[in-house]
Amino acid sequence: MLEVDGITTRYGAITALHGASLEVRAGELVALVGPTGAGKTTLLNTVAGLLRPATGSVRLDGEDVTGMEPATLVRKGLALVPEHRRIFKDLTVEENLRLGGTTASAADRKHRLEEAAEVFPVLRAKWNTSAGFLSGGEAQQLAVARALMSDPRLLLLDEPTMGLAPTLVDVVFDLLVRLREQGRTMLVVEQNATRILQLADRGYLLRTGNMVASGTGAELAADTSLFDTFIGGETSGSNS
Amino acid sequence: MTKLIQTVVDGLGVGSTYALLALGISLIFGVMHLVNFAHGELITVGAYTSYFFFLHGGSWWWMPIAIIGAAVLASVAMEFVAFRWVRNASPFTLLLTSFAIERLSHALWQIFVSPKQRAFPKPSWVFNQFEIAGVSFEVMDIVTIGVTIATLAITALVFKRTMFGISVRAAAEDFDAARLMGTRANRVISGAFAFAGFLAGVAACLILMRTPAAEPSMGTDWLLKAVIAAVIGGLGSFTGAIVGGVVLGLLETLTRAYLPEVATGWDKFSTAVVFLVIAVFFVVRPDGIFKVSHAERV
Repeated sequence: MLEVDGITTRYGAITALHGASLEVRAGELVALVGPTGAGKTTLLNTVAGLLRPATGSVRLDGEDVTGMEPATLVRKGLALVPEHRRIFKDLTVEENLRLGGTTASAADRKHRLEEAAEVFPVLRAKWNTSAGFLSGGEAQQLAVARALMSDPRLLLLDEPTMGLAPTLVDVVFDLLVRLREQGRTMLVVEQNATRILQLADRGYLLRTGNMVASGTGAELAADTSLFDTFIGGETSGSNS
Repeated sequence: MTKLIQTVVDGLGVGSTYALLALGISLIFGVMHLVNFAHGELITVGAYTSYFFFLHGGSWWWMPIAIIGAAVLASVAMEFVAFRWVRNASPFTLLLTSFAIERLSHALWQIFVSPKQRAFPKPSWVFNQFEIAGVSFEVMDIVTIGVTIATLAITALVFKRTMFGISVRAAAEDFDAARLMGTRANRVISGAFAFAGFLAGVAACLILMRTPAAEPSMGTDWLLKAVIAAVIGGLGSFTGAIVGGVVLGLLETLTRAYLPEVATGWDKFSTAVVFLVIAVFFVVRPDGIFKVSHAERV
């Protein structure tokens, strides 16, 4: 479904990605792990169209979508839950969700709003509250629910558990499991590497802008030497 | 007491015109981080549109539609021709571009129409008086306040209820996140300019009914006041723009009415007093009444 081929992305003089490649097949949950500053967010932002790669290509269902506008990519079935969630704090929960359904028809949008209210009771309780007043866990659920409003075929999630209390991390992982059961294709960047790799069909390990390893989630999770080398202290932290 | 009530109604009239203009400035600032110094030119466009139509048998019955239409078109054209090309440049470049448009507009009217004022008829009822409980009002005061309230209600409806309005508010908070939702940058910015044009068009109608004349640089004074009103309210805040406009209008009329008349021409000093008050206000509250927390470039 998604093929990223040798993309290099720069911020001015700094190269954040050096010819990174990865693939996500339909129905898969693919994990992208790596230490802080490895370029994981850069990769997702490049795929979603927020950044334009200097070289390489991004293909969605075989179509070259490199450098296309995010708004166009949403219409092609891609949605990103960005790093730090970036929900609209001045807007109400409902307005955030409606905005997520920008590309849908009015009827579909209404239908999905009702669906979101059912699936996320936490959000229904705060329907007309400014999103700025939500707790971290509620905000994260809103960010995911908002992305789902466009009914994406491919969902990209950037650090969905960042800054959440352990019980809320469980809530997010449960949500990922549920989405996978629904057959939603996902590419997930996650700091909690061990846990996401256990859940993922396949995984990629990114380090200083280079893709250094890939394999099934179980293979990567089992390869402790790999983790010691590339992630070091981070895994011991997230194992706890 | 009678004088006070009349002065306050006067102030509300002037203030609501400032509010409509300030709202447009705040709206554009929200989505583009641009203080559009060419916004006042939309009034000038409206004025010359009326002048032109009155030369060919215009009537105030339909003139407001022509004025608002011209202001909307001019606003959208301004974005399309000038601001679109420098959208990602520094705020300073955007600011300079807006100054360039303002000066260009002055020059074009001077060259192609006339540097002199061009007058046209006013609606017959404008300065008619009527009395409520011994206090006399001008019809235009009530029209101004009524039209402004109606326009603000439309604005609230658009920004609360429509997908376009929600997209604009989202884009003002975090443009990239709005793009990730499927919001098209061009559409949201064009739309914001169109709506700012509509607000300026309504303001222009109110201004031109009172003073039916076109002059090349007539937009500048209004623009300056509107920018001040927007900044008093807190740039980027819609409520702030409205409050800022009304406060500025009241401040002006009250100082003009109540400053002691020590010499002829002393009333001109009221403008200076207004600016003095504003200067002191900014020392106390530099971000305006309603601080917008995300008013930096994302």
